[in-house]
Amino acid sequence: MTDISSFSLSGLRQALDGKQVSAVELAEAALNRAGQHASLNAFLHIDPELTLTQARAADERIARGDVHALTGIPIAHKDVFVTRQWRTTAGSLMLKDYVSPFDATVVTHLANAGAVNIGKLNCDEFAMGSGNENSAFGVCRNPWDPQAVPGGSSGGSAVAVAAGIVPISTGTDTGGSVRQPAALCGVSGIKPTYGTVSRFGMVAFGSSLDQAGPLARHAKDLVTVLDTISGFDPMDSTSLQDCLGTPNVAGRVQQAFDKASAGYREGGVRPLQGLRIGVPREYFGAGLNSEVAAAVEAALVELEKLGAVRVAISLPNTELAIPAYYVIAPAEASSNLSRYDGVRYGHRATAYRNIDEMISRSRAEGFGAEVQRRILIGSYVLSQGYYDAYYLQAQRIRRLIVDDFHQALSTQCDIIVGPVTPDVAKNIGDNNEDPTADWLADIYTLGVSLAGLPAMSVPCGFGRNGTRPVGLHIIGNYFDEGRLLAVADCFQQHTDWHTRTPDIQS
Amino acid sequence: MKWEIVIGLETHTQLSTQSKIFSGSSTAFGAAPNTQANCVDLALPGSLPVMNRGAVDRAIRFGLAVGGTVSPRSIFARKNYFYPDLPKNYQITQFEIPVVVGGKIRFFVGDEEKTVNLTRAHLEEDAGKSLHDTFKGPQGEPATGIDLNRTGTPLLEIVTEPEMRSAAEAVEYAKTLHGLVVWLGICDGNMQEGSFRCDANVSVRPVGQKEFGTRTEIKNVNSFRFLERAILFEARRQIDVLEDGGTIIQETRLYDDVKDETRSMRTKEDAHDYRYFPDPDLPPLIISNEWIEQVRADMPELPVLRRERYETELGLPAYDAAQLTVTRGVSDFFEATMTRLPAEQAKLASNWIMGELAASLNREEREIADSPVTPEDLARLVQRVADGTLSNKAGREVFSAMWAGEHDRDVDAIIEARGLKQVSDAGAIGTLIDEVLAAHPAIVEEYRAGKQKAFNSLVGQVMKAGKGKVNPAQVNQMLKEKLG
Repeated sequence: MTDISSFSLSGLRQALDGKQVSAVELAEAALNRAGQHASLNAFLHIDPELTLTQARAADERIARGDVHALTGIPIAHKDVFVTRQWRTTAGSLMLKDYVSPFDATVVTHLANAGAVNIGKLNCDEFAMGSGNENSAFGVCRNPWDPQAVPGGSSGGSAVAVAAGIVPISTGTDTGGSVRQPAALCGVSGIKPTYGTVSRFGMVAFGSSLDQAGPLARHAKDLVTVLDTISGFDPMDSTSLQDCLGTPNVAGRVQQAFDKASAGYREGGVRPLQGLRIGVPREYFGAGLNSEVAAAVEAALVELEKLGAVRVAISLPNTELAIPAYYVIAPAEASSNLSRYDGVRYGHRATAYRNIDEMISRSRAEGFGAEVQRRILIGSYVLSQGYYDAYYLQAQRIRRLIVDDFHQALSTQCDIIVGPVTPDVAKNIGDNNEDPTADWLADIYTLGVSLAGLPAMSVPCGFGRNGTRPVGLHIIGNYFDEGRLLAVADCFQQHTDWHTRTPDIQS
Repeated sequence: MKWEIVIGLETHTQLSTQSKIFSGSSTAFGAAPNTQANCVDLALPGSLPVMNRGAVDRAIRFGLAVGGTVSPRSIFARKNYFYPDLPKNYQITQFEIPVVVGGKIRFFVGDEEKTVNLTRAHLEEDAGKSLHDTFKGPQGEPATGIDLNRTGTPLLEIVTEPEMRSAAEAVEYAKTLHGLVVWLGICDGNMQEGSFRCDANVSVRPVGQKEFGTRTEIKNVNSFRFLERAILFEARRQIDVLEDGGTIIQETRLYDDVKDETRSMRTKEDAHDYRYFPDPDLPPLIISNEWIEQVRADMPELPVLRRERYETELGLPAYDAAQLTVTRGVSDFFEATMTRLPAEQAKLASNWIMGELAASLNREEREIADSPVTPEDLARLVQRVADGTLSNKAGREVFSAMWAGEHDRDVDAIIEARGLKQVSDAGAIGTLIDEVLAAHPAIVEEYRAGKQKAFNSLVGQVMKAGKGKVNPAQVNQMLKEKLG
């Protein structure tokens, strides 16, 4: 019963409510499994006492019937969500021993629901990276193949779910950091519409792009978690009060999902009857690995079988998303990361002659290579004389990309489907001599982030002789998370990719 | 060569909100260091700014008061630079689109009326304080302390066009602006606590030259006296440099009030590239017409309106009307005084407020709100002067007695006790005149011979005989009649 890897949330819920298992037992099982798979390096901080205290409180809630869908369910948080009880490092030496005096809003919502935190998850330093190789605390390994990266930056979040340590986890997505590791680890993950989930308490990377999102094995489980963490937050000025007429409160995603699912159930054997799926020509170009292409194509055929209609569309500015993103995100990051100066908290150099040297040495020692690279790029593109040519130009491209998606989603199709990544997970250490090579692999995820649209990844096959997972990218219009999740859930009712589990060697 | 000084001012006014511009911590002055800084002010990871609407209310108030345009959409930007008392290492400010554009301030320099056009007013956050001299490290060694209580205090930076031409003009502008922001209730105006700080951009050019000279910026002057001295020193310094054949370097300078001089802080060469860009944590500040109208409805009567009313309804000269409306306190005092007086006595009341009252307040460095002489007291005094009971001279004596609190400031009691009542009784004055005419036949002869001076001499004699208490106007009139 405590082997949660084969259970969905609803299964766990029934077991908890039926007293077949306790929250403490589930928490202990998750902690044990985390320990068994320590070599994956998914967790940065585990504190069993804290976890068990939460689990006991959840059991008490269950005993008195005060139950939310997540009460007693083990969860783990990417280490960019600040927590009062667990350290928060953002994968950086800069924050090696940092303890926040407050919890992130996402963490608070989940704690209020009674979810039990198993610990903090490994990630690329300040969420910058797509292989989890930029963590100051060591690479995180893909449970399907320990030689492979898990993807990033929410690598630990994907690994912890794929390895069956926790049924659900939180991640953050700035340019694909939820969708890409979900794809490479064979789990489901969603990045909701920008502004629907509070950024308060998320260590900032690119503020206009950062958005929290959950990962889970089952798309249906994402509904519960996303619904719980969504909602207007007065502490975040970019958080939305209203989603095109629907208040941004808990229940919005669940209701939209339920409504869409009910409609699909009426369709019988062709549940997705009439659903128009846009397939962008630009997502199937020369850079796409043939095994990934084949898996995505097979998924499209499956969706057509379920009644969906395939529509060829074009997103002409797809390639421009790469330079635009790698100007805007570093520009924002260069400013966001200025606060790490060793003056008030975080790493402080021990040897310095004056305040300027204290700050520059603290930053040189505390930040890793990729973070420094992006700070330099960001500072450069914001400099006098370069601002117009880079930053403003990138903002103009961002506008074009928004228009591309708008054009497609308002006139041609209901959702857009394609690959999440051009290839399956690479080997740990590949591309290290050319750090920007990884940036090109973000081509399918960046545009969505720049546009602020919701998008998710669901498992749809394997490459490399069936050893490395492939993810299916499902992109929707603003606030259409409910429909995306319903389509993904429908797909998962007719496929079993998401139920496959890796045989972990450890 | 004749030189002309060109001055533009940038004034940082601390807005009088209870909490900070982007966080909920208190803005109260004087708390123990770092006790009024929360996670936003400390720039802890994951903290985010949230706009304080009260600060925007105050900016709108200011925009309406100076006749500027309140921007329907303005943008917060990040100004990036590293400094230990700036926790985020960027300041949130408004760069390309400020909350208020344009507007003007009118005031008098001597008896000449001036108008200074405002370029803009923008919202921003204050930095913390670095304590260099007063702070000691754990072992008592010299160290720099950082107090972040002030971090995030809302500021409205008010920028003028370079239109002022003398230190005196700059000071009068600053005093008028200070009066206005206090009047509006948007700033407490406390200059010692740094609530109102001026940066002066100063340049000089030969009279007649069109182009501006190279300017320097004098930072953070927090008294009107220092502002005047700093500008005078800086202009003199620039003129000396130019007359010696040198050139002015564009730089930031600091005024040292002990040595009465300005010193270079940093030159343009080491000026920062602030890498301004729109703050992605804050959506554009949208100000609707409804919001503006709400603020307008809550506004006190503006000084410009009162000034107009004093001129048209009370017939005051423009100068009096302007001076009485520089501060809310003076204007309110005048209004309270006038509730007890007819409009014809407005000029008299104005004279007493700008004369005897202002001088007494100045001498004791008191605010008008703390004046021991109340508007009721002053109105009674003005009445006694107007009805001829008191001469102006005697009036001043009564004022001093009231100021000192004699007889519970009862005007009539003071007049009685000091025997200051002016003789206006025609019979009594007639008797005095008769006596004087009888005693000075020679002067009377001179007058009859056509010497006008002799008349004045006779008036003087009558006044003397009346021990200064006779009404001079009445003496004049009756003397003329008696002499035929």
